[in-house]
Amino acid sequence: MNVSILSVIVLGLSVLGFFLARRRALSKVNGKAYKLHSRPIYYGQVVFLFTAVPALLVLALWLFIQPIAIERQVSAEIPASAIPKGSTPQLVMSDVRRIAGGIDAMLHAGNITKAEFNDMSVDTTSIRSQLASVGIALGADVTPAVFEAAKSYRNMKNVGHTAMAAVVLVVALAGLLLSLARITPAQRARNIAEHFILALLIGASLVAILTTLGIVLSLLFETIHFFRIYPARDFFLSLTWNPQFRGGSDLGMIPLLWGTLYISLVALVVAVPVGMLIAIYLAEYAGKNLRSFAKPAIEVLAGIPTIVYGLFALITVGPFIRDWIAVPTGLGNSSSSVLTAGLVMGIMLIPFVSSLSDDIINAVPQSLRDGSYGLGATRSETIKKVILPAALPGVVGAILLAASRAIGETMIVVMGAGAAARLDLNPLEAMTTVTVKIVSQLTGDTEFASPETLVAFALGLTLFIFTLALNVLALYIVRKYREQYE
Amino acid sequence: MNDIKVSARDVQVWYADNHAIKDVSVEIEDKTVTAFIGPSGCGKSTFLRCINRMNDTIDICRVEGDILLDGEDIYDPQVDPVQLRAKVGMVFQKPNPFPKSIYDNVAYGPRIHGLASGRSELDAVVEKSLRRAALWDEVKDRLNASGTGLSGGQQQRLCIARAVATEPEVLLMDEPASALDPIATAQIEELIDELREKFAVVIVTHSMQQAARVSQKTAFFHLGNLVEYGETSQIFTNPVDPRTESYITGRIG
Repeated sequence: MNVSILSVIVLGLSVLGFFLARRRALSKVNGKAYKLHSRPIYYGQVVFLFTAVPALLVLALWLFIQPIAIERQVSAEIPASAIPKGSTPQLVMSDVRRIAGGIDAMLHAGNITKAEFNDMSVDTTSIRSQLASVGIALGADVTPAVFEAAKSYRNMKNVGHTAMAAVVLVVALAGLLLSLARITPAQRARNIAEHFILALLIGASLVAILTTLGIVLSLLFETIHFFRIYPARDFFLSLTWNPQFRGGSDLGMIPLLWGTLYISLVALVVAVPVGMLIAIYLAEYAGKNLRSFAKPAIEVLAGIPTIVYGLFALITVGPFIRDWIAVPTGLGNSSSSVLTAGLVMGIMLIPFVSSLSDDIINAVPQSLRDGSYGLGATRSETIKKVILPAALPGVVGAILLAASRAIGETMIVVMGAGAAARLDLNPLEAMTTVTVKIVSQLTGDTEFASPETLVAFALGLTLFIFTLALNVLALYIVRKYREQYE
Repeated sequence: MNDIKVSARDVQVWYADNHAIKDVSVEIEDKTVTAFIGPSGCGKSTFLRCINRMNDTIDICRVEGDILLDGEDIYDPQVDPVQLRAKVGMVFQKPNPFPKSIYDNVAYGPRIHGLASGRSELDAVVEKSLRRAALWDEVKDRLNASGTGLSGGQQQRLCIARAVATEPEVLLMDEPASALDPIATAQIEELIDELREKFAVVIVTHSMQQAARVSQKTAFFHLGNLVEYGETSQIFTNPVDPRTESYITGRIG
């Protein structure tokens, strides 16, 4: 039975349960609703929740676990002799899955009948050519072991799905009947329903937290892997980044971290002053009409995909800086440079700084402005001495958020600053960042288990911890700022 | 009889199309506490804010007529409202200390206007102002603590200290005690009586008892008109206008 049909049936049962429960609760007190502990609708809610939620949870878990279980079972069935030289069990398993899928497609298209399929064996039919007719191309002829594995894979999948439908329906019906049977006038239905919903809300927030945890763990495991085959000291302290395909690479992260920090610094030097001035203008000087137009116009900058900024850096800013600054001063001759990437990234960050700061400045109470004006301060004195100091913690929070954006940026760096890892102070030289190297190491041709690839995870984890620390700092500062008024 | 400090003639105020103050003429004496009373929305706060041109910060507000401070028109184009506000200090309804230290709050005005040269002189100004606001003894040991950490009554006295630190000639107070408890209110009222020795004090209040307690002159506003102005004792015991009488006895407002 199809998953969506199954969920619809479960939901239908739950809705039915809702109405049945309401009627049952009312009939228990002969229609006198005031004799019930809770309003009738809550009795309905309880039955609805107990019918729908456990059944859907079972469904979700089943969908998650079944493929893993079947995979394990089937790969155990394949004898080691069936795995050709130079291949791996994973490759054979993927063949098994494709053959199973191909048989499904053939049955569905009517190329073969069920009876024909049952008689099918490797000796009598050319399975490879038959599968090719439904668009499944196999690299080699199908061996008997693999074909048998595919058959049992199909079987288990079908059995599993039927069992799933049965179990889910039983759970739903059990929930429906049990919760219906437990309805009494004294049942604290409202409290039960509210607790149930509270648990759902907590569950939803757990999803976000667990995802973060999952990300960290997956990075962590590969990182540990990496440090087993590459010394941590070299990774953190070596000043060279020089990966080799043959192995024996230098994988020091310092040049990359330096590039990240340098480019981010240039970006912030551009974005913070411009963004702050914009925010001050918008919040304190601009008229209502201008503000309602200018603020969204500036925020458009935040909506431009970073790859477009990258193009801008590549074809406009980069050559401009090369021809007008780098070459005349003799400091470089590359159109990729820290300055290019930093400038363009700074432009991208302007709306982050300006928009958040504008909101924060607006949140400074009018009474403080009045107090300052009332003492004979001018508008600029008021901004400098009262509003900005009051808004400062929030503004710092905004800047830190912009900084973590800058540190995580990839596209602008690839196209603006190049991909050469270099430890250099010259802003007109090409340099690169941690994120760019993560991409290039993971998409390279080296083996997955080699340090050259695994280093990407170590870099990612470092970057994650870095931006996490920045975000925590930003949140801490912003929270402290909230306590300032009232 | 004290000198006339502020003299208003035929003042009109509009908020967009709303005629908020109509033909108000009043003469405020120096070294006197003048109370503005009247029901909510009668224009007393609006008129108060005309005296230091705080209404300039509101775009849609328009003021006509003459207001003279020591005989000079404060709405003359030659007059800088910023300078005017240094001479006419203001204390607001809700205590609004800056999120700075107590010291920096009081020193804010003197620093801007350059009233003290050097740290020791500034220290002296801060101490004098805090003493005048009857706050010195409570905060002298923690001048570097944040002004927002004080209690409501202390915050309001800090705002008064901040206002008197710029050496104003007139002190405007917009319901300065309405957000405070009775004890803090009593302290503020006592303070207002002392401030009278140095300044002309104008206070807007909703509490008629407060007006009777602290003021020598009272002006009763109603629907944007100045209904009656005179000695406080006369207004409260023997009002001329029937509207004043009804308000004071609690029949309108």
